[in-house]
Amino acid sequence: MKKFIIKRLGLAAISLFLLSLTIFLLIRISGDPAVLLAEPGASAADLEAIRTQFGLDRPLWIQYASFIGHLFRADFGQSFYYRTDVFELYLSRLPASLLLAAAAMLFSLVIGIPTGIIAAVRVNRWQDSIGKIFALLGLSMPSFWVGLIMILFFSVYLGWLPSSGSGTVLHLVMPAVALGWVFAAAHMRLTRSSMLEVLGSEYVKLARLKGLPEALVISKHAFKNALIPVLTLAGVNLVIMVNVAVIVETVFAWPGVGRLLFEGIAFRDFPVVQASILLGGTMIVLVNLLVDILYAVIDPRIRYEG
Amino acid sequence: MNGTAANSRAVSTVLALPSRLAFIRSEGFPLIPSLILLTIMLVAIFAPALAPHNPEVGVLGDRFRPPAWQTNGTVDHLLGTDHLGRDVLSRLIFGARISVVVGLMVIIVAGAVGTALGIISGYLGGWVDQVIMRITDAWLALPALMLAIFLAAIVGPGISNIIIILATAWWTRYARVIRGEVLSVRERDFVRLAVVAGCSKWKIMRKHILPNVINSAIVLATLQLGQVIIAEAGLSFLGVGVPPPQPAWGLMLADGKKGLMAGYWWLTVLPGSCIMLMVLSANLLGDWLRVKFDPQLRQL
Repeated sequence: MKKFIIKRLGLAAISLFLLSLTIFLLIRISGDPAVLLAEPGASAADLEAIRTQFGLDRPLWIQYASFIGHLFRADFGQSFYYRTDVFELYLSRLPASLLLAAAAMLFSLVIGIPTGIIAAVRVNRWQDSIGKIFALLGLSMPSFWVGLIMILFFSVYLGWLPSSGSGTVLHLVMPAVALGWVFAAAHMRLTRSSMLEVLGSEYVKLARLKGLPEALVISKHAFKNALIPVLTLAGVNLVIMVNVAVIVETVFAWPGVGRLLFEGIAFRDFPVVQASILLGGTMIVLVNLLVDILYAVIDPRIRYEG
Repeated sequence: MNGTAANSRAVSTVLALPSRLAFIRSEGFPLIPSLILLTIMLVAIFAPALAPHNPEVGVLGDRFRPPAWQTNGTVDHLLGTDHLGRDVLSRLIFGARISVVVGLMVIIVAGAVGTALGIISGYLGGWVDQVIMRITDAWLALPALMLAIFLAAIVGPGISNIIIILATAWWTRYARVIRGEVLSVRERDFVRLAVVAGCSKWKIMRKHILPNVINSAIVLATLQLGQVIIAEAGLSFLGVGVPPPQPAWGLMLADGKKGLMAGYWWLTVLPGSCIMLMVLSANLLGDWLRVKFDPQLRQL
């Protein structure tokens, strides 16, 4: 177990190293890094000051070491646009993103789990086919387009929901559905396959042999066990949702970290873009690490395979 | 009885397709999705001949004109015009070009790089395998879309940039899956015989391993086509993909947002429907290919 955790920690460290190295190198090979790091419209003297400040004339590995040093002190620089510390800016936007992701997750589970169970119980019948079509549609419609269509119907035509902004529960409905839609399809697929596996297991057969009513077999014996992988995936997806919400947050002007990243791109606010990617990537690497370790705790076989 | 059998034989002879195309008649072949994809490709190829107007130039006096069947619509602009008075139908037709070119190029580049690395990693083994797979794992752990947004923000918009960026973010899946396949193929007799016969490693990988894993790469590529098209549309929507005034579908959605609150539905519904139709078709075809060619991939 100890060996497994150390190995996984090592992999996560390599991932983070590659992430930081990629970003560091890309900034430097994409042209003059001073232009990216300076504010838009900076003068030649400003660019020179940036070169000295970041030591862009020093060897690459020294620059990288200093880059990493700043990251470890959570020093991501100042935002050109907001004139504040980027890390604090990111943290101030994070709660809104988490709220949106939580709502989207709730929606995706409320839709995905029941439909997945029905599809598994009625496998290869019409309910299953409808489920498959639903999953395919979910994977084929870009989330931001779903959002735009909802704005058209519920804000423009019906006038029921606000088209953008935040503050009330009503503001949360459409972004959450748009973001949760794709994940609902994924959760449905996994619930179905997990449920099918459990329904074929010995203890479900035994429960049936005992003469338990089918409804009880499904709700009491199968459902609980089938739920474990789904909830694990949901945990990972929650973090992924925070990070893929860029486009949905932009569509609905939701003030989360995704919108921050978009503003960073739109205003050429480079420190914001860099911090968003580094922090988002770190979150995903860490949650993957956590899930791997949790799985190993639950299922000892994994410890020896990996 | 005999007559019926003879008849059906005659019919099947008449209907016999060249053997390479025989799969079209096999069970469950997604005919409609394939026809949709074929149509989109043809539209993309013959866009200049099909489009009634220049997709990038509009008449400001004609802006926000609805489709022909609504009041104020004209037959001249069958599907209406956008905020600059550009013909929506023509933009959709030329937009197919961008989606097809970007989609195909990305899966070809990503597929080639990923398959090559997968074969090298799986066949050579040892430290080469370790290095390539550690990098692949690390790369898989990073969010592809965010990486793509970051790259796009640095290198700026442009079609060739978008292809490189998406390929950079999407090659990992191939490397992982193909490596797994190679591990079993390399133990087969014909590979061992080739080694005994003195073939070079390079030749074995190219002539003996590659043909046996190419099916899996094609299945993966078809399944990824949809994801790539959605990603391209998303990047264009954010303004870091295909630069304006080019008629990419994602860019049309971004422009369409300007008329959304006024209820100009065609600017939002039509480009999105094109994206959905193409992605859905690619997904259905990919699902069928997956089951057909490679039962092992069903878990993906």
